[in-house]
Amino acid sequence: MATMVQALRMALHYGEKNLGLAEVFGEDVGPPLGGVFTGTQGVECSWNSPLDERGIIGAAMGLAFAGRRCVAEIQFCDYIFNTIDLLKLAGNQCWASNGDWNMPMTVMTPVGSGIRGSIYHSHSFDAMMTHIPGWKIVMPSTPLDAYGLMLSCLKDPNPTMFLIPKALTRMRGEEQIPGEPALTPEGEKELRAMIDAPLGDRSQWKPRWPKLTEYVVPIGQGKIVREGEQVTVVSYGRTLPLCAQAADQLRAEGISAEVIDMRTLWPYDWEMISQSIRKTGRVVFVNEDTEVTNFGEHLVRRTVDELFYELEARPKLVAGAFTPGVGLADVLEVASVPQLSTIADAIREVAHEKA
Amino acid sequence: MKKASTKNAVNSRSSLRPDLRNGSRSHLKNSIPAFASAPATSQKSKTVSKSLKLNGKAVAVATPVLKTSSKFKFRLAPELLIKTHGYMIKTRMLEERMIKMFKQSDGYFWLGGPGEEAFQIPLGMHGKVGQGVDYDFWHLHYRSSGILMPMGLDPMDCIRQMKNTATDPFSGGRNFCNHTSIRKWNVVPITSTIETQYLTAIGSGIAQKRNGGDSITIVNGGDAGTAEGDFASCLIWANRPGMELPMLIIVANNAWGISTAASTQHGEKNIADRGKAFGMKTRTINGLDVEESTFAIREAMDYVRTERKPFLLEARVTRLYGHSSATGANWIQGEEDPIATFEAKLEAAGIMSRKEMSDVREGFNAEMLDMAKRVKNDPMPDPSTIYDNTYFGQKGRYW
Repeated sequence: MATMVQALRMALHYGEKNLGLAEVFGEDVGPPLGGVFTGTQGVECSWNSPLDERGIIGAAMGLAFAGRRCVAEIQFCDYIFNTIDLLKLAGNQCWASNGDWNMPMTVMTPVGSGIRGSIYHSHSFDAMMTHIPGWKIVMPSTPLDAYGLMLSCLKDPNPTMFLIPKALTRMRGEEQIPGEPALTPEGEKELRAMIDAPLGDRSQWKPRWPKLTEYVVPIGQGKIVREGEQVTVVSYGRTLPLCAQAADQLRAEGISAEVIDMRTLWPYDWEMISQSIRKTGRVVFVNEDTEVTNFGEHLVRRTVDELFYELEARPKLVAGAFTPGVGLADVLEVASVPQLSTIADAIREVAHEKA
Repeated sequence: MKKASTKNAVNSRSSLRPDLRNGSRSHLKNSIPAFASAPATSQKSKTVSKSLKLNGKAVAVATPVLKTSSKFKFRLAPELLIKTHGYMIKTRMLEERMIKMFKQSDGYFWLGGPGEEAFQIPLGMHGKVGQGVDYDFWHLHYRSSGILMPMGLDPMDCIRQMKNTATDPFSGGRNFCNHTSIRKWNVVPITSTIETQYLTAIGSGIAQKRNGGDSITIVNGGDAGTAEGDFASCLIWANRPGMELPMLIIVANNAWGISTAASTQHGEKNIADRGKAFGMKTRTINGLDVEESTFAIREAMDYVRTERKPFLLEARVTRLYGHSSATGANWIQGEEDPIATFEAKLEAAGIMSRKEMSDVREGFNAEMLDMAKRVKNDPMPDPSTIYDNTYFGQKGRYW
């Protein structure tokens, strides 16, 4: 029952012991804090950098050039925007050098709403990031997938972007990470005692890591989290559990929705998505980034291009409002990003649309 | 500090590439007069504008006013001076050939570093060249062919990139000329962004700090790019207490950013002075002078190699053909030409005759012309390859 940040820590620890991970760095990433979301707590090779996002990404690129495997954290994706040209460079170095250089590096950053983070701690980054070729982009919605996707990132010879849905960082998993204590209240308590740093003085604290083993979620592989026949729902990150919840609710209304967790945004599992759409003839894409030039719009376009004559209803995108930011007040945040009710309404609408 | 300097004297000789320790005149052949002869020189001189013949054209260059009564004396060995001269000419002939290619529509765009040879050649000569963290890493900008030439750069490869052929080994026809990428020498891909190399250099610097040994990271850029925050980032990261990085941070100051004079934008007297706030070693030199450059590079490199700390070196250079082909790529009147200066001294010192120097120029000029002719037979990229290498060993798009 590890949380997503515990899963991340365990993945990074596994990486530094088994996969050559040598540097984990960023603002407040090292001791004593171990990341503002504690995702790097206890990781031996973690260290604090200057408060300099461009320096962080540039350093990661240089480490990659030198063949030293690293994970660089940008504390909130809202602060990664001033590194866009560097992300573009990292993504094009292999292409620009016609395959001479590759860029084995991972950047991880918390994204999206869910913590009442106001304008500069709530933004999404999937639309922007999927505009930058040359990267592989992942976004888990469960702790086990977070563990497995991080291990995949650490093995990949390309730049990988690990988007952490911050609303889910404290969510407990229902699947056991190989090596973690039993999925019981006692096991949960034991894991906390092993790898969560105590409050107060941490100068003498050292984690006791479980005997972790390898578990990999291949990049590019989605997961069907609810099987259904009438409508396909494709999502990732914070909105994925909401989609699954909506599908469970709608089942009582006689609507059978199939929910796909993309897990990887690029390269994505089009085979899984297209097969499901062919089966249901209806599709709703859900994410919380702003709706204009949203990644879901690409998926809608591809659906129309390739599956138009197999559709029984208009494909639909449920996304965040096209506002300059997410407002702090509870009602403003709720009005800005998809909620359970908006998702359920969209699924219902598409399921009921006459063919 | 003094101790390190003593050490440097030994290390600087040993760090020179073995094939460059002894000069050779084997490349001095053919003879076509290109330069008006210059009188014997003294070390200190004023400059005046003078008409010289360069590649068949009369051009004005700033040439030292020399005291004919005094014979110039170099501190460097004649063999090394001759070798340096050869690489300077080879680099200049390459750049001038690429300018001609642009003007003949054999390439879309030119930009390069004529005017920086007196600094660049010694820099390239002192590199520890190879692949991996045990060798120097090079984060260069697009005026750096003179650095790469003594490392073994094949000018034909530059010609290929100028012509954007499929055979261009740096980018396969995808990038501008002088956007070099040579992994086997740790030369990371040169980008058109003028400052980001100051950031990527941090990473290889960290890797080398962890690795130990004597390999270093070398980063160069222009004066205009130092206005970007990335330059400040570089200084911050290179000087983290207890984690100082083995980086030779270079600013080639040509006093221009495209059409904007540095004097209208930069209030600092020397860019290198910005390093003083960190207590790091800094120096500003005349990058138009081969000997001053050579000794400064040796001092800086040996310090970084042995102390494992950064050094900020500012070299004052010139920009002889303007920013790029976008501004015409024509000879700029009144800028000092470091080759003319060096040749006058070589002649005055009796190390090379005017004929020998002309022969060198003619030889390389003919070589580059031949390359520019041959490259026309090279294939252009196949449009079907546009997705190739989007990922390492993989195509891109949708998979």
